[in-house]
Amino acid sequence: MNLDLILFLILALVAIGTALGMLISRNAVYSALFLVLNFVTVAVFYLLLGAPFIAMSQITVYAGAIMVLFLFVIMLLGAESLPNAEVLPWQRPFAITLAVILVGEAAYLLITRATIAADVPLPGAAPNTMVNIRELGLVLFSQYLLPFEVTSILLLVAMVGAIVLIRKEKRVG
Amino acid sequence: MVPIDYYVLLSAILFTIGALGVLIRRNALIIFMSVELMLNSANLVMVAFSSVLKSFSGQIFVFFVIAVAAAEVAVGLALIVEIFKSKRSIDVDQMNSMKG
Repeated sequence: MNLDLILFLILALVAIGTALGMLISRNAVYSALFLVLNFVTVAVFYLLLGAPFIAMSQITVYAGAIMVLFLFVIMLLGAESLPNAEVLPWQRPFAITLAVILVGEAAYLLITRATIAADVPLPGAAPNTMVNIRELGLVLFSQYLLPFEVTSILLLVAMVGAIVLIRKEKRVG
Repeated sequence: MVPIDYYVLLSAILFTIGALGVLIRRNALIIFMSVELMLNSANLVMVAFSSVLKSFSGQIFVFFVIAVAAAEVAVGLALIVEIFKSKRSIDVDQMNSMKG
């Protein structure tokens, strides 16, 4: 039981606990804050896996920008919690059964695969993280330059689309 | 170091919680957050395999996924605000007609 494993287990508990908290909170603001904590935990996992650039992107983009946008919309709409309405009685047990089947399948596949290929190398952090980020940038701007530019066009289209959706309709005539 | 299987199992559990959120919640914003959780679990497993294979492709793909998720959130939240303006509610059970 080495230190990495203990750290992994604690972080995994936090990640699963915050995800469940997001799922069962009655108040949407609490859900959003639980999700922020979950994203930060996943960012720490990225650091453990030797991906500091992705970890920082995760914190700035997900935990920063995206969740602030969520909180802003929740408070703008005043939609912290929905009024009680009739729910389908079979919906919740049925969904939980499906979820248990899904995670059981994943665990089964993982266990059977582990007996086939037990000699997969362990993930590890690169020795020098600054060199790591430099090489990541070199690959991103040479081999993956076209997808990078396409992503910028995608972001532009999303920005224009959001503005067009929110804009007030001009009455013609 | 932690075996890759643990990361894959953690990612599967997080993905399942996200899918469960999409199935059982009625608040459109929380369904949206569950979708983000699922995207995030897929990112986690991609970074884990990128670390195992000592290749940057997985990390770069995760970078693109984060950018696409940001675009998706901007458009999706604009749609939710627009639906709220016409229906005064973001309960997905109420969204049962095409015309506002």
